[in-house]
Amino acid sequence: MGRVVVEIMPKPEILDPQGKAVAGALPRLGFGRFTGVRQGKRFELEVEGEVTPEVLEEAARAAEVLLSNPVIEDVVRVAPVEADAATTTLAGGTT
Amino acid sequence: MGRVGVVTFPGSLDDGDAARAVRLAGGEPVRLWHGDADLKGVDAVVLPGGFSYGDYLRCGAIARFAPVMEPLVDAARGGLPVLGICNGFQVLCEAHLLPGALVRNDHRTFVCTDQRLRVENAATAWTHEYASGEEVVVPLKNGEGGYLADEATLDRLEGEGLVALRYVVPEGGRNPNGSARDIAGVANAAGNVVGLMPHPEHAVEAGYGPDPRTGTAGTDGLRFFSSVLRQLVS
Repeated sequence: MGRVVVEIMPKPEILDPQGKAVAGALPRLGFGRFTGVRQGKRFELEVEGEVTPEVLEEAARAAEVLLSNPVIEDVVRVAPVEADAATTTLAGGTT
Repeated sequence: MGRVGVVTFPGSLDDGDAARAVRLAGGEPVRLWHGDADLKGVDAVVLPGGFSYGDYLRCGAIARFAPVMEPLVDAARGGLPVLGICNGFQVLCEAHLLPGALVRNDHRTFVCTDQRLRVENAATAWTHEYASGEEVVVPLKNGEGGYLADEATLDRLEGEGLVALRYVVPEGGRNPNGSARDIAGVANAAGNVVGLMPHPEHAVEAGYGPDPRTGTAGTDGLRFFSSVLRQLVS
């Protein structure tokens, strides 16, 4: 089974109220060095078999048509999950 | 009598009130189901407020692809009057029948209030019984009602008179959800498709709408529905 990661972020010029709320909470918890937060979305799309260029191309189209709204969001990443090992490792805490 | 379809999506909340508003305005409401690609021959359609498909992904993003939307998008492009209220407005934007998008309120809280609006375009299928510049009060209730579009689109909307309704903002105040240029509702160029965040269907019967202290009879929303019915007759 292959997996494609799609990441979507609010466009830079669009106000991100969720990110702002998180940014407001961080210093209260002692995380004082972060001067801004923007919150996006991450999707993991599963396919039978390998992640071929055709699979990536289709994932990119799905990202444009359904997963994002181009008026307010940018698709910042469409990649096979293998190339995402660093994030996975961090999340799994196995380093 | 004009037959006005009211679509029910999973998570629609105000479909009942929209149907009731159609009836009070003298029309025949026809319930349409999201899963049926059938408009049942109606003369106009209301997409009601609520939280279709739980507002998952983005408000209106999943509803836009419901089976009923296929014939609806075609019919709207062909001139069928369509009114999107609140979640219905979000669906119309996601379906690209109207430009722009609705995002989370800039103050991050849900807003629920009797809202004063100015009718900017009184020539659409849904607003022609109002006077241009007339102020009305109808309920507004949303968490993601901030209207956004890029500057070029906003300039085009202003230039072509497609801003249908604007929030009336007190001197030095701010609009209730961070909408660009205080926009509460927009229309397409043909004037048959209108979307707005406030809820005219909740202001159609005295005693059941906005507070009398707003200085209105609480029925300011009724003419959205009588406008379209009158147009169907003429």
